[in-house]
Amino acid sequence: MASFKPTKVPFLPKLGEKVTEETLYWKNYKSPVQIKEFGAITKIDFSPLPPHNYAVTASTRIHIYGPHSQEPIRSFTRFRDTAYGGRFRGDGKLLVAGSEEGLIRLFDISGRVALRQFKGHTKAVHMTSFLSDGFRVVSGSDDLSCRVWDVPSAVELSSLTEHTDYIRALAPSKLNPDLFVTGSYDHTVKVFDMRSGSSVMTMQHGHPVECVLLYPSEALLVSTGGRYVKVWDLLKGGQELVSLKNHHKTVTCACLSSVGNKLLTGSLDRHVKVYNSSYKVVHNFDCDASILSMAIAPDDEALAVGMTNGVLSVRHRRHKKDKETLTSRRRRGPSYQVFVKGKNFVPRQDDFLVSKPVKQYLRKYDKQLKSFEVSKALDTALQTWTRTSKPDVTVAVIIELKRRGTLKNALAGRNEESLTKILNFLLKHIFDPRFSRPLLMVGDIVLDLYQQVFHQSPVVERLLQRLMEVLGREAELQQELLQVLGILDTLFTSLTPRKEVLWERCCPMPLSNHCVSVSSVSADVSKI
Amino acid sequence: MKITGLSHLFKWENLHNWWLTKYFFPPLFVLCTSGDSVKVYSTRTEEWLHSLQGHTNQVTGIALNRANHLQVYSCSADGTVKLWDFIDGILIKTFIIGYPLFAIYVSEKHDGIVFLHIAMDTDSKNECFQLVAVHLPKSAEQEVEAKELSAVSSRISPNPSCTAFGREGQYIAFARHLQLNVYFFRKQKTYSFSLKATDKKGAKNAFTCIACHPADDCIATGHEDGKIRLWRNFIHTKEYTYSTQHWHHNAVNTLCFTPEGTNLLSGGIESVLVQWQYGAGNRKEFLPRLGGSILHVSTSSDGQLFCTSHSDNKITVIESSFKVCGVIQGLVKGDAVLTDLMIDPRSKALVLNGKPGHLQFYSLMRDKHLYNLDIVQQEYIYEAGLDQFEVVKAAFDINGYWLATVEERGQKSSDLEFVLKLWAYDERTQSFVLNTTITAAHTDRIISMCFSSSEETTMLVTTAEDGQFKAWCQGADADTQQDQSFWSCEFVGSYHNLKPTNCSFSADSSLLAVNFQEVITIWSPDTWELLTTLCQPPGVVRDLCFGRLSCSKYLIATTTRNLLCCWNLLTCALEWSTSVEVSKLQPDPLSENVAAFSYQSKHTDLFVFKPSEPRPLFTHKNMCSEKIHRAVFVPREEPLNNCDESSQWLNRSQLYFLTQNMDLLTFSTATEEDRMLSSSKRLVIDDSVAVTPFYLLLGKHRQQQQKLNTPSHPAADKPQQPQGSVTITELLHTPAHVLPAASVLCSMLVSSLLISNTGVRKDPLREMESSEQEMNSEKEEEHSEEEMEACDSQQELRAQGSVDEVTPKLSKAQERELKRIRKTDFSWMTGLIDSKP
Repeated sequence: MASFKPTKVPFLPKLGEKVTEETLYWKNYKSPVQIKEFGAITKIDFSPLPPHNYAVTASTRIHIYGPHSQEPIRSFTRFRDTAYGGRFRGDGKLLVAGSEEGLIRLFDISGRVALRQFKGHTKAVHMTSFLSDGFRVVSGSDDLSCRVWDVPSAVELSSLTEHTDYIRALAPSKLNPDLFVTGSYDHTVKVFDMRSGSSVMTMQHGHPVECVLLYPSEALLVSTGGRYVKVWDLLKGGQELVSLKNHHKTVTCACLSSVGNKLLTGSLDRHVKVYNSSYKVVHNFDCDASILSMAIAPDDEALAVGMTNGVLSVRHRRHKKDKETLTSRRRRGPSYQVFVKGKNFVPRQDDFLVSKPVKQYLRKYDKQLKSFEVSKALDTALQTWTRTSKPDVTVAVIIELKRRGTLKNALAGRNEESLTKILNFLLKHIFDPRFSRPLLMVGDIVLDLYQQVFHQSPVVERLLQRLMEVLGREAELQQELLQVLGILDTLFTSLTPRKEVLWERCCPMPLSNHCVSVSSVSADVSKI
Repeated sequence: MKITGLSHLFKWENLHNWWLTKYFFPPLFVLCTSGDSVKVYSTRTEEWLHSLQGHTNQVTGIALNRANHLQVYSCSADGTVKLWDFIDGILIKTFIIGYPLFAIYVSEKHDGIVFLHIAMDTDSKNECFQLVAVHLPKSAEQEVEAKELSAVSSRISPNPSCTAFGREGQYIAFARHLQLNVYFFRKQKTYSFSLKATDKKGAKNAFTCIACHPADDCIATGHEDGKIRLWRNFIHTKEYTYSTQHWHHNAVNTLCFTPEGTNLLSGGIESVLVQWQYGAGNRKEFLPRLGGSILHVSTSSDGQLFCTSHSDNKITVIESSFKVCGVIQGLVKGDAVLTDLMIDPRSKALVLNGKPGHLQFYSLMRDKHLYNLDIVQQEYIYEAGLDQFEVVKAAFDINGYWLATVEERGQKSSDLEFVLKLWAYDERTQSFVLNTTITAAHTDRIISMCFSSSEETTMLVTTAEDGQFKAWCQGADADTQQDQSFWSCEFVGSYHNLKPTNCSFSADSSLLAVNFQEVITIWSPDTWELLTTLCQPPGVVRDLCFGRLSCSKYLIATTTRNLLCCWNLLTCALEWSTSVEVSKLQPDPLSENVAAFSYQSKHTDLFVFKPSEPRPLFTHKNMCSEKIHRAVFVPREEPLNNCDESSQWLNRSQLYFLTQNMDLLTFSTATEEDRMLSSSKRLVIDDSVAVTPFYLLLGKHRQQQQKLNTPSHPAADKPQQPQGSVTITELLHTPAHVLPAASVLCSMLVSSLLISNTGVRKDPLREMESSEQEMNSEKEEEHSEEEMEACDSQQELRAQGSVDEVTPKLSKAQERELKRIRKTDFSWMTGLIDSKP
């Protein structure tokens, strides 16, 4: 006949972020390695050549770190004042950096002394970069000018003074050696063409521009400034494609991942946000301090974030190999091969097949439920492993007992130890909106059953005290939420009815019910 | 308005529980009483073989004739005992007793005597029953009056399982309330043993059933609190003993000893068949989860098979090794039909509540239970008074791809739990697969739901007591990037915090009507704009539906203040209204018609009308005395072309409705009845040809050809009587393995199919042959057609004349089954046969 139907563990979606492949990808970083620098880290740049060393510009020096080393493998310290914007050339052999005094220095990676010094800027140079031919350097300075220098002869080729405020962002084109993009505190982003010697395109960002970034196809341009990140379509003559406002402080840096060109932005609000291709935030990295600079290694192997407090935090990608070593350490049971022996046997034509009845494997608590051993089933469901790693299973068993009308029987007749277990479970999960309803019920029944004997056990009494506190807090919180809801309601009633409908759509959670039940239980607790 | 005599109301056969499943002698057959007939089933194939019809009232008991094991007695409330040959389904004798009978018992020792329960007083309220022995007179006549009644006892429980015969008929044991009586035939003495009503532990000791050991002096009794007592030594009033065994947690419904007496079987509401070893104390075996609560257990006379009947209209056949080997399932009769009656658009099966937590699919065409769909997917606990999840709402979308169900628990208590589930049809497994589960669809109970009726988009609308209605749409989740798409809420609507009750989509799904108490709101599902409101106070709107086809611009609503209103949605004005109390409004999906059941002064009237005109097409007053809440139009497989005006509305679909007594009724037209009768005549076959599928398909093909040939000739519409050439008959009758090689037969067959050119029409056999050959060959000569018709009609007359003499009766279900076979298209076969010559 019909076989026993096992307890169904309902799959309840967790509120909040949804787990997608993207989040899994971005979550797959190890915990960050912290390296302390001397001052605020203003620029990080990865070398295009393997092993992808990276240059970190902080205070008066530039350090070059290897991919896994925590000590700099080389440092350039010949700066009299703060250094800015250390960047590699396309072949990774030369490095250029500006400085507070207006001098631009060019280093050989293996050398220590500057190969060239470009003099001409009167104020600090925050941004320097090689043009893609590798023979010219472009720099943006606080003296409102943008200059192009010839590397071999160290002379200034041209000076562009179209910006009316500090130039703090610069991005050379990789496809055309004559093009580069600058962003300035005068709220504009300009595309310069060296052939014409002037800007060919101007975009209004609306806020002081902190960073500009070109997509590899160079059809899209990203500019950050203020709280906004804007993406411009250069092929459409600089039309604004999308404007993102996901940070709540100035967005200071942006970079593109090399896998799938995902945009990452870092901000003074200590967050790094990862956008998917439709510019929705899919992941968020939290940092300890305001972020000034950020870079991601080719193949997303490492993410380096520089902060105002001088801490460089580097996250390395976790690889499958690491995981395997973890699992191999675990004790392995008998091999699966034993159970599937003869699985691939194909019967011959005249073989007589004796079909074996499919055995139904039941979980332990299901077996106990099948034989109506309700207390034992609850004990099984409250075992440490189930309780901690799969609370939904525990709650499913509780719901099943409730449905059978035997929850009270199952909870009755327990000693201090098992009661502590139950109360601890309640304390931990009673506010999970997925579980709160059945657990509040369990709480009610426990109070009813053990009212007389609570005072005999100090442990249980303490737990109950805590439960009461927590419930009281939750009730208060719900009260406040209801008040907010009331305020919102009054606001929305003044709007059109159409808006009202929209509001209802986005708030399907019944807050009031929950609140009432919480407060009733807390009242029960306080009675004792 | 006329009440037509043509539409005839009949009770649909299969909705009644098995009263008693009794005795099935050679383990080939199971007999059970069912309404006013006894049904015979095969234990091997679980197929219904035939039913023994003849009683005019409820059959209350059956018992095998101990003298002849191929005969069975049945007793009925119409006051007769009938003796049947159950293998062939022939009524042998009728004994007229004259009182309503309630149970029958026979014993080996008392040949020619049956024991019957009859009511002592005429009013059955008293429930005073009497056990009488009736001597059945031996006479050759068909109908015999048996008047030799002798009372055995008057202290009899109305429950027929509270009486049993002891070892070889030496004594009879019967119980009532708390008293067990044993009557010894030899001593002519009754011994009584009584129990206390309750003991210290609050046990309820009332007797519920009795079984006597076949070889030992032992009586097993079942009690209300689930105890089983085994009584021994009851020959002495004082020194009797009993031992108690307790496993059942509720009343024991039935007890039965196996024929050898080695085991005792018991069953109750737990739906667990328990086998106790006799004399081995507490050793027992269980067979759990059999279905509804067990009402009756019986064993075959050789002890090979057991058989249990269940409250949900089911018989389970169990081997002696305690394995289920067969299930005979009728229309599952639950406690109540909470869902509407529905038609699965794919299988055209009727869908309603079945087993607890299931939906059953029942084919009305074949009168057969198809399958149960498990909605709740939880272990059902057989316990009285436990609040279980029950399917309360269900709806199909127009293509049958989606099924939405609502299950509910805790209607009585304050904390209501309900789950909305959406099921997708899986082509591969040919059944519904759970797609989405929505646990908190609304904050309060869902009152109604409906799918949109357009083919392009599927949308579900639910209305709930929390004052909101929600639209659910199927859509891929953009974030998860999965192929499967789930259902999510698209829109929440409300109207002045009033409670919505009904919702309905217009025929093209461009409008959604939701009524909020007195007000009907019309919404556009595309933009979710409130288009207009309609109102006809006073009275809350009870039911709501849009017109179909040409009347789709009308909206019909019924109110609690006995008003049936029809609005024109183009003008948003009331078109007409009439004062009638309507309990159920049911639109026909295939035509404009709407059926309204009106319950007034304790009887139900049916009105069928078109929304475009206020005058009903058809009225049937005083249809039945119960209120009707569930009805459904079932589309016909092929539309009738009934030209009679009053029954035209039944042409495309058939109306089924469910009364409060859970009887499923339908309307059938006069032509259908005629056809059924004529088909029973048509299907009578002369002895020369067996009813083989070949015969049926040949007959059908012939019929088609005839129609083609003579479209306007009414006489030729009836099919040919079976005539086969001698050769073909021989061919079809001879077993294949003794036939000569096909090459030898071929020439014979071909020559038999050739047109004979004798032209002599006096010899009837020849005539038949020739006409058949003409049927089978498409390219016959033009001039012979008239002749053939003439001879056909002659033949028809002849054949019918002969038929009337030896009409073996075919039951309705058999006729239906045959009709179904006839309908299936086997013409490809005849095509093959035709192509051979």
